[in-house]
Parts: sequence; structure tokens; C-alpha cells
Amino acid sequence: MTCFTKPHHEDIDHNMWQEIDIVIENNKNTPGAVITVLRECQAIVNYLPKELIDYIADGMNLPKSEVFGVASFYSLFSLKPKGRHTIKVCTGTACYVKGIREVINRIDGEYHLKEGGTTDDRRFSLEGVRCLGACGLAPVMVVGEDTHGEIAAENVIKSLENYK
Amino acid sequence: MSQLTVSELNKIREEIKVSIDHPGIIRLMICGGTGCHATGSIKVKDALYEEIKKRNLSDKVKIVETGCNGFCALGPLLVVQPGGIFYIKLKAEDIPELIEQQIINNTPVDRLLFKDPASKKRVAVQDDIAFFAHQMPRALRNKGRINPEEIDEYIARDGYIAIVKVLKEMEPTDIVEQMMTSGLRGRGGAGFPTGMKWDFARQSDGEKKYVLCNADEGDPGAFMDRSILEADPHCVLEGMTIAAKAINADKGYIYCRTEYQLAIKRLGIAIKQAKEYGLLGKNILNTGFDFDVEIYQGAGAFVCGEETALMRSIEGKRGMPRPRPPFPAHKGLWEKPSILNNVETFSNVPQIMIKGGEWYASVGTEKSKGTKVFALSGDVNNIGLVEIPMGTTLRSLVFDIGGGIAKKRKFKAVQLGGPSGGCVPEHLLDTPVGYEEIAKIGAIMGSGGAIVMDDRTCMVDMARFFMDFIQDESCGKCTPCREGTLRMLQILEKICEGKGEQKDIKNLEELSHIIHQSALCGLGQTAANPVLSALKYFRDEFDAHVNEKICPAKRCSALLKFEIDPDLCKKCGLCFKSCPADAITWKKKEVAVIDKGKCIKCMSCFDKCKFGSIF
Repeated sequence: MTCFTKPHHEDIDHNMWQEIDIVIENNKNTPGAVITVLRECQAIVNYLPKELIDYIADGMNLPKSEVFGVASFYSLFSLKPKGRHTIKVCTGTACYVKGIREVINRIDGEYHLKEGGTTDDRRFSLEGVRCLGACGLAPVMVVGEDTHGEIAAENVIKSLENYK
Repeated sequence: MSQLTVSELNKIREEIKVSIDHPGIIRLMICGGTGCHATGSIKVKDALYEEIKKRNLSDKVKIVETGCNGFCALGPLLVVQPGGIFYIKLKAEDIPELIEQQIINNTPVDRLLFKDPASKKRVAVQDDIAFFAHQMPRALRNKGRINPEEIDEYIARDGYIAIVKVLKEMEPTDIVEQMMTSGLRGRGGAGFPTGMKWDFARQSDGEKKYVLCNADEGDPGAFMDRSILEADPHCVLEGMTIAAKAINADKGYIYCRTEYQLAIKRLGIAIKQAKEYGLLGKNILNTGFDFDVEIYQGAGAFVCGEETALMRSIEGKRGMPRPRPPFPAHKGLWEKPSILNNVETFSNVPQIMIKGGEWYASVGTEKSKGTKVFALSGDVNNIGLVEIPMGTTLRSLVFDIGGGIAKKRKFKAVQLGGPSGGCVPEHLLDTPVGYEEIAKIGAIMGSGGAIVMDDRTCMVDMARFFMDFIQDESCGKCTPCREGTLRMLQILEKICEGKGEQKDIKNLEELSHIIHQSALCGLGQTAANPVLSALKYFRDEFDAHVNEKICPAKRCSALLKFEIDPDLCKKCGLCFKSCPADAITWKKKEVAVIDKGKCIKCMSCFDKCKFGSIF
């Protein structure tokens, strides 16, 4: 088991640290696995606090700068806390042509939530993503695991109110 | 089960074929692609199971969850086989009636059939629908035909025949020769001859070589590869194994976008099943040939679709491109000889091996052979995945297959090739699909995204949209792309806000050429294409924004007054109902009025007004 001293962090509890150790243990000898480790650790904690990135670097025996460089390069990784529900709005071409911008404006109007931001009560995070590949349903929004197709500014708030 | 022999494989094929073709069994092919899942196909599937059980039809009726059928906008979809009766937009409530009519009484349920937008008539059989009738499925030959999570169904559709032939009868040079004859070129968009790429890697020295599959489908408006992976993952694995034999590699990676979770799940199942049958892994079919495939999930970086960046990413680094040469065929992943092809390219390979390169080259144009898959979307009636022979005109793609423009609007342009491509205007729609032909008119074939735009689309705004995308996704390594695209974006934003000057247009053109000549990788070199093609074909719109400060398509909100023309207003009140800010006052039989103090310029009223009375 990885036995580096675990830094104290308010968003990571004891069980999470144990799961993180398992992820690192399973991958530390696989070349190129750092992206996989970051992804799985983010799934556990919901985001990647700096302390966690450093811990992963120690566990994987990689320079901290390199792991931070990877974490900050890819848009999947978030270095800031995210809301309970992540709203991904597709900003691909088809969704853009079909009016996703109006949907984004409406979400901002209702929850004061801009792209890349999180509401103060950590209920929602809003991410603009590049093409979800469901252009047949444009415009598309994904909340958590649920895909909502053909959303419009008029009905987006009603759909989102189902997520508390 | 382990290590199938060839005769066992053939036995499985015959057995499954018999059960599929059994005259007494009806197969209900319910679409389980991402699009149909989102519109509720899982509930429909559950309802089907329930109804079949209730009526004791389990012996007569089989329910098969397929991959993406392709006609995504009309989901959830169901095809009844044999016969090909095609049902659209199903709900769980429709199922009892459907089973009663279709299965018991053998009469299709009229109200659930496809309605042709032109003739307004219902069409029962899938192949009679114009959207399907003009297609030629090769890469997509199994879409909607098999359960992608059952290797036996793939085998029954002539799956893994090519592997047997290649491993038992062919030398690497024979494989490469067939690929050269086929004329297959990289379907990721660049169009490099696949056979030539494989031959370079075959000739490279090295004990360790890699076969990489690019499933990092990043172009906005493109979902070809996702659909192939969801509908027919085994054909991609088979194609990769053939490539491995050609270059003598024993390890492959599929680099897949993390957003494509269903594709990743089905690929995982396919790899597991292929290994259980001994069609992947050590000593495949007892021929002494080893090949193993691993899925590598990307982490959301568009630039990782570029081959050298993709390899860096698999190595666990920041996905930044490097200059070539050395080319990956000599020094690729972990500095070892590697080939990278995209999903669609690999999915064509098994058929080429079975039927021969000449068969593949029998359709197409002089330099572009075979078929190409497009993801047709935007303001077109029939949205979905289509595969057409090279040489088909873009007009046929948009109007015959796509069914023309939705809501009786006018065609303006079709965007091909995503952020590296360009817009094709009406007068060039008779251009045939082919790498050189499309490049000549200022777009690129690209990976297959085809987004149709109607007359409400502002081409200046579209140019700004693509530059915003590129600027966001530029990895920052080389200055022309990092700084140049930012400068171009700033200029385009300025024009959209009505602050543009004529010299801005000149600067855009100049910057475009400099970035094209000096950027490090394909992303930067092609970054200006959308702007250049918009300038070439829609210069009048740029001039209108700059000189007259108007947006002819009425999309750039900074250039709109948000007033209502009383002569055009039909007093219907739709704008009033759509306004989220209570900025519109309206009473029955009166012209609506917008309060500019309250208006948030959200465009809702614009989208709702059918009479163009808001300006």
C-alpha cells in the first residue's frame, strides 16, 4: 500500500484516501497511467485539490510539476470544487446553430452560473463541452448521467429543477 | 471457451446464421445508440420485454438491442426483421398496440411510421426511406443489424473471416498490396493512403511496434466514429489486428474520448469476448501471432486528435504535438514505429481483405475510392449518420438524403471538416465528394461532420465560433497558433459587435496566411480555413457588419435594435410568451412592443417570430 503521509483536506475523508491508494497502487507501475489515475481520483473526490495532485505525484514517483502540468492541460480535470450536479452544455457546431447560447444565457439568468463556474450552494456546476456527439438531438445538455436532447431556453429551467 | 479453431469459428457462424434467418422468428431491432438512449429507448425495450412475456411470444419474437441505427433525430427507433418495417419516436405506451398490430395481425401501425417530409406520406420499409435508399453501407454494414455486445452475431455477419484469411494465407506484403489497390485513404480527414502508411511502418526496423486507433473524435458536429464503435466494435478490432499483422505489431491502443462512455463499454465487452474466443491476445487461432488491444481514455483535449499529440497523451504527458519528421511510422509511441488510423478507416479493412482491394476501389472518383461516412446535422430535415459512395454530390447529400432544409427555410451553406474545414455555398453544391474536389473549393473532407446551415445563420458569427473553438483548444506550444488565433478571434468579436473596420478584414486575411504557413501542427495550419472560406463566399456579410453595422441573418445581437416592425407583426403574441424578462407587452389583436430597458437581448423572441418582424 502507498504509505505517504496523507495531507489533511476537508473534501477528502478517510474512505476516499483508501480508494485513492488503491487507484495509485493499481497503476503506479504502468507507464503513461497518470491520466487514468487522475481521472479515477477525480471520480472519487469530485475534483483535484492541489494536495491530492501532489500526493498522486509522490505515489506515482513523478515530479509534481509534471503531474500538475497534465492535470491543468486536459479539460476533463477540475482543480476547483464542483457542484453536486454537473451541467454539461454542448457548444459544438450543431448545438450552436440550434441555439445553445440562448440556453446558457437562461441558466445564467436563473442561477447566476457562468461556464466553468459553480453555484455558491454547490448545487450546480456548468461546463461548456465540445460536441457530445449527439448532434441528432441538438441542442444537447447532459446533467450528471442524463442526456437531455432538444432543450430550449424556455424549458431548460424546468428540467434543471428536477436536480436538487 | 478458449482458442477457437477455424472450423469451430465456421461452425458458430453457420449455427447463428440459421437461428437469425429462422423463418418463424421475428427480430425486433431496438436501437441502443447514444441518441436513442437519450430519447428513451431503454424504457421502450423494457416495455417490449414485458409485452412479449405477457403474450407468451418469447419463442417467436427476439428483442435485439443494436448499436446506432443512424437516423438519430427520430429515436427511439425500432426495425422489425425480416421485412425491415421501420418505427420512429416510440414510447413505452405504444408497445402493446405495436405488438398487437405488427406481430399478431402482421399489419404495421401507421401512426408510428416515418412520414416523408416532401410527400407527407408514411413509409413503412426502412430501405424505401430516401434517407437510407441513397446510402451504400460498407463501414456501417452492421449498423442496426447486430447486437454489438454479442460476438456471435458479428461472426454470423461474416465477422472474423478476414482474420482467418490474413493470418493463414497472407504475408504482410500481400496485406499492404490489397490496401494499396483498394485506394483507401485516411478517413480521419487528411486522406493519406492507408496502404502506404502501413508499408512505411512495415519496413521500419524494430522489435516493438504499435497499432493505434484514433477514436478521439473531436470535431464538433461529428459522431461517425462513436456510432461505429457503438454499433460494430468487433470490426474495428478486426481491422486493427489485420494492421498489426501487416506491420508486425503485437500491441494496440484505442484512444477514445472519455465522453463516449457507451462506446468504451461496448469496446471493453468486445475485447473481452474476442480474447475468450482466442481472436485477440496470444497465439491467435493457433497461428503463433500475438496481438493485444487496450482502451486508453482521453481527457478532453481536441489537439489529441493530432497524431503526435495523441501519442504523447498515451505516454501520460501533456498532449502537445511535435514537429515531423521523424514520422510515427519510424518513431511513434514510446519512440517505437507506430501507425495511427481512425475508427472508420479500420472498419473498412476486414471487407477489403475478404473481397479484395479491387472490389473496394470499384466505386468512387479517380483519386478517392470507396465510401465515406458523414454525420449530417444542423438545419436539415433528416439528421443522422450516412454512408455514401465517393463522387456523390453534396447536393444529393443535403437534399436527397438529408431531405432538404427544415421548416421551409432556405439553404445557406454546409460546413465540412469542422474547425479545419470550410463552408460550401449553394452554387458549389454539385461538387462531388472526394478529397481533392472538396479541398479545391476551400473546405476539407475532414472526418465527416456535415453541418447544414439555413438562412438564419450568420457566417461572420460562425467564423467567430470556430475561431473561439480553436483558440480554446490551441495547446499553446507554438506562437502562431497561440497568439495568432487569439488575435483573429478578437478581430471577429469586434466585427460581430459592430465595431469592425475594413482594415480588420484585410488583417484577418493576412493573419490567416501567416498562421497557415508557420504553425507547428495540423490544428494551427488549418485554423484559419473557416474564416477564409467565409470571407471567400460570404464577403457581403462581412461588409454589411463592417460598413452598414447590420447583421443580415439577424444573429449578432449587438447589431440588432430589438424593435418590432408593425407592418410585419401578425399580432400572434408568440414573442410575448417566449420572453423570459417580461420585456414585451402584448394584447390580443395588438402589435407587441419591446421595452428596451428590460430587454436582455437573449434572442428568444427572434427565434419564435415566424414573420421576421423583429429587427
